[in-house]
Amino acid sequence: MTELTTLEAQTYQKQRNQWWDVWDQFKTHKGALIGAGFFIFVLLFVYLGPLVWSIDSQYIDIRARNQGPSWAHPMGTDQLGRDMLARLMAGGRTSIAVGLTAMGLALIVGTFVGVIAGYFRRLDGVLMRLTDLFLALPILPLLLVIIMLFRDPLRASFGPEAGIFILIVFVIGITSWMPTARIVRGDVLALKEREFVLAARSIGTPPHRMVLRHILPNVLSPIMVSATLGIATAIITESALSFLGLGFPSDFPTWGRLLFDGTDWLQRNPERVIWPGLAISLTVLSVNYIGDGLRDALDPRIRGR
Amino acid sequence: MKLRHLMLGSVAAIALSPVAALAERGSDGQLNIIYWQAPSTLNPYLSGGTKEVESASLVLESFARFSETGELVPFMAEDIPTLENGGVSEDLTSITWTIREGLLWSDGTPVTAADAVFTWEYCTHPEGGCAQASYFDGVESVEAVDDRTVTVHFTAPKPFPYTAFVGSESPIIQAAQFADCLGAAAPECTDANFSPIGTGPFVVEEFRPNDVITFVANENYRNPDQPAFASVTFKGGGDAASAARTVLETGEFDYAWNLQVDPTLLEEMEAAGIGSVVTAFGTSVERLHLNQFNPDPALGDIRSTEEAGPHPFLTDPIVGQAMSMAIDRPLLSEIGYGAGGQPTCNVLPAPELYASTANDDCLVQDIDGANALLDEAGIVDSDGDGIREYEGTPLSVLFQTSTNAVRQDAQALIKQWWAEIGIDAELRNIDASVFFGGDPSSPDTFQKFYADVEMYTNNFAGVDPEAYMANWLCSDIPSPETQWQGANIQRFCDPAYDALVAEMSETAELEERGRIAREMNDMIMQSYSIIPLVHRGGVSAHANTLGGVRMSDWDSELWNIAEWYRLDE
Amino acid sequence: MLTFTIRRLLMAIPTLLFISLIIFLILDLAPSDPTGSLPLTIPPEVRADIRASLGLDEPIHIRFLLWLQQFFVNEPLNLFEHWTGWDLGGEDRTRVISWQTRSPVVDIIAERMPQTLWVVGTAYIVGILIALPIGIYSAYKQYSVFDQAGTFITMVGFSIPPFFSGVLVIVIFAVQLQWFPSVYDTTHEVTDWDSLVIQLKQMILPVMVLALQITSQISRFMRASMLDNLSQDYVRTARAKGLTESVVVLVHVVRNSMIPVITVIALGVPQVFGGAIITEQVFKVNGLGHLLIGAIQGGDIPTVQTLTFIFAVLIVLFNLIADVLYGILDPRIRYD
Repeated sequence: MTELTTLEAQTYQKQRNQWWDVWDQFKTHKGALIGAGFFIFVLLFVYLGPLVWSIDSQYIDIRARNQGPSWAHPMGTDQLGRDMLARLMAGGRTSIAVGLTAMGLALIVGTFVGVIAGYFRRLDGVLMRLTDLFLALPILPLLLVIIMLFRDPLRASFGPEAGIFILIVFVIGITSWMPTARIVRGDVLALKEREFVLAARSIGTPPHRMVLRHILPNVLSPIMVSATLGIATAIITESALSFLGLGFPSDFPTWGRLLFDGTDWLQRNPERVIWPGLAISLTVLSVNYIGDGLRDALDPRIRGR
Repeated sequence: MKLRHLMLGSVAAIALSPVAALAERGSDGQLNIIYWQAPSTLNPYLSGGTKEVESASLVLESFARFSETGELVPFMAEDIPTLENGGVSEDLTSITWTIREGLLWSDGTPVTAADAVFTWEYCTHPEGGCAQASYFDGVESVEAVDDRTVTVHFTAPKPFPYTAFVGSESPIIQAAQFADCLGAAAPECTDANFSPIGTGPFVVEEFRPNDVITFVANENYRNPDQPAFASVTFKGGGDAASAARTVLETGEFDYAWNLQVDPTLLEEMEAAGIGSVVTAFGTSVERLHLNQFNPDPALGDIRSTEEAGPHPFLTDPIVGQAMSMAIDRPLLSEIGYGAGGQPTCNVLPAPELYASTANDDCLVQDIDGANALLDEAGIVDSDGDGIREYEGTPLSVLFQTSTNAVRQDAQALIKQWWAEIGIDAELRNIDASVFFGGDPSSPDTFQKFYADVEMYTNNFAGVDPEAYMANWLCSDIPSPETQWQGANIQRFCDPAYDALVAEMSETAELEERGRIAREMNDMIMQSYSIIPLVHRGGVSAHANTLGGVRMSDWDSELWNIAEWYRLDE
Repeated sequence: MLTFTIRRLLMAIPTLLFISLIIFLILDLAPSDPTGSLPLTIPPEVRADIRASLGLDEPIHIRFLLWLQQFFVNEPLNLFEHWTGWDLGGEDRTRVISWQTRSPVVDIIAERMPQTLWVVGTAYIVGILIALPIGIYSAYKQYSVFDQAGTFITMVGFSIPPFFSGVLVIVIFAVQLQWFPSVYDTTHEVTDWDSLVIQLKQMILPVMVLALQITSQISRFMRASMLDNLSQDYVRTARAKGLTESVVVLVHVVRNSMIPVITVIALGVPQVFGGAIITEQVFKVNGLGHLLIGAIQGGDIPTVQTLTFIFAVLIVLFNLIADVLYGILDPRIRYD
């Protein structure tokens, strides 16, 4: 750990070398490589897929409703005859964007609050009571209040789609940072009594450097777990929001929504739940493996091995 | 489809066969009913929800109920009072009911006229917040002429006097049980509200609010052979699809209510052969309201009020007509409601006497006709973006409704059809508790109507449309002054219409009332401020082993549960 | 540690009062309405009367103070009378009355609690009992077949929401195989062996669905935390001292890895009491989660307020318990 403190004195060239080290280690992690490969594939599928498969995800072909897989509709059609493959692509764009940004927001807020509360004893009480407050708030009424207060102003200033996107990310972020904060704080409380932290403090390392250099790298693994679980939660929560009228308009597909809508059709058209279900699970799984690989790659103790 | 009709027919045939009459009380064991919304109380005067009213109808009764054909059937009364038999006074200001000879409450005490008088006092108490108070509107007094005779006096002639004490919404409660529960004390009588004493076929054994009710047969029920079931479990909770599954696929329950499930799925579940789907039509119409005032968000707080001025294009009937022509109602009905829906062109579709036939052209979709109509009126796409302009304003509408899978599908379909005639729609769905909640501080209530078009279902209770047709008076437009209360949601205003409403309230003759109601209906239709879509019926399912179900949409679905019985397999 | 606990408990009182105020404000601001679920055939004047009879016309601070009095004074006194049989002369003491059922909220909660504890509580315990060994062994044998399979199952299990997995198990086990009921019978009482079997049968499906989620979450944190600790110097020291592998792993490493896991478990306990809204709905368990969602949809402020406040108490309490446990697990952690 102490070698990290000496790193800052090194040049930019050396710094880059460290990241090469990380990459080298990452490359040796088979799961991480497969995960990253799959994630890139999913990104290509949802962003470039529509160029190849040009059916409009919102186009209703009522004569073709409830069809099973065929050459015209490889994943079948829904109850209005909309093409499921096109909907899966369009849904993925929204779900991945919402999942990643909302998770990122929750993680940043959660980690920030957790580290500050754990490290600075004087702020601990206040921040943890704030966390208790947020944990205790009744989510549904809170959401209804948020819609009432912010939907129209956001829609007016960012347009319907961007406005709703901001709202959803904000809502998911603001209601899901607390577990991360509690977990990170718990780890920090234990970490700051460890020898290497005491040693670093005794040589007069200022608090911000203590946090960034010594504390954060050591709470990375619970954060990574929170991140992967957070993506799954965000994708599902987004679909729950649309039932409150808080999400995207109802003809706008997302993975969570496709899965929910398909649930009732489980017996008749199982492909309607299998594909969105697989898409969500495998995306989360791939992020999990990337996270695993990154954590190993960033840990200098493992990197050497 | 054919199979279902055959099966229904056979069930009906068995219902009429003499087998039913041979049943004796309690011989058929246990009946399981599932309502996916659970009742929260058994006092329908404290909660006006359908689930509470229908569950209470097993216990509490009124003088008469409406059968599946909308006819009155005497329950607690000897017969139905009419002008002919002298039960309704010549000047239409009173109606006299006679209580059945020897009618007993389930605790064994006799029912007297005083109970009816008490019921009226209970519901009209100013501090009680009685949910069914409108059934006693225009009632001047309720008089106990003698122990078995009750006269209801009205303040003005009442052409349709069958409101108070008729139907499941205004049942008679026992004076002795509720004596201390008047007014503000009403909510404190938990025991009485949770297990009211009634005259119905069942008695409450245990009531768990919002969860489950268990009933047992009423030992003092007036018909010694009924009910055939010894006990009833009335379970609540879940959702419509899972409720349908328990009756149609797993057979755990005998009767499931209000199955708003995709018709394709319902048919598939029915094919399992365990249960059947039944429907009954009342007066519910799924409709679009076109805002006649300007809802432009730029107008801030005055939008959708008179101050905001008329809507830039929806006040022109041509636009509304084109929007209506573009809609394929039979398809909407088939996809969304199946057997539980019929395409309609009227906001007043039933009873037959009141149903107009003047607007039936709308049943056939005519996109070309709609395009031609708009072209002729000079409403064309002048800037080439695929959306027509009306005097410079693009025909873009915000289309809102409550959150409900069927409604969202209908929204998507209508959006596509409108796109084909050059009208752009942005869809929005709002949580039902907010949309119908009426909170004046929320921008999303259906009364505020901060949108161009909205879709929901409305209906009227009972069989008389007078109050319903009075919804569209100029004075009933919601506005900030009235805390956005008012039933004239689309903000329609026409003095000629107001005159017809006044005329109807003074007309007693049935045929004449029918003519006026049809005229009013046509007037609204031709203004194209309301676009009716689907005449909706109730959809329920019962096990194939359950006989005697005669589902009525004019009253509680369980109105004749005393006659239900178990078919031998 | 004792002074810390007492200080925190005292601190909890103003915290909870503040939380209850915030909850009340949010509920009041929220646009749902107690008359919103009534049929449209009920006219607006009647709706206004209903609202007035519920006391909604009173200003907000009066309503909040009334709730505080009802919940903190009247309800405990009532409970006290009920337990001791003494009459403290409180005939006109009003209780917290639900707007939907017009009956005391506390009674309904007491009625719902058993269902929730049976189903969600069991699922929680089962979930933890499965998760800990999986997490520990996955970390110890990192990248083994067991670890890979565990990762796959837990991540897929967590990604599949209960609204889908619930219906899936119903279709498989209730509709196709007809092994278990799809509707939970809340009136069922366990009196003998046979009724216990029926109770277990009706619990299996909801417990399965819930335990999958809980297992996934906790085993991931356990695994990650174990991995962090397995590479620490003290593990090498312990091994070098000649301690057996099982002692090294199960005593030293597990103990030091428990902090994030304890946090997650403590965060989950209030949710056990909060019920599992979707799972309860799918299986019609009608526990506290069902009560809460119904009350929210029905605009029933007294019920939502009371339930949410009880959750808040549990959240504060269990977070405190977690903090105390940190100190026990790692004596170096000091709070004063």
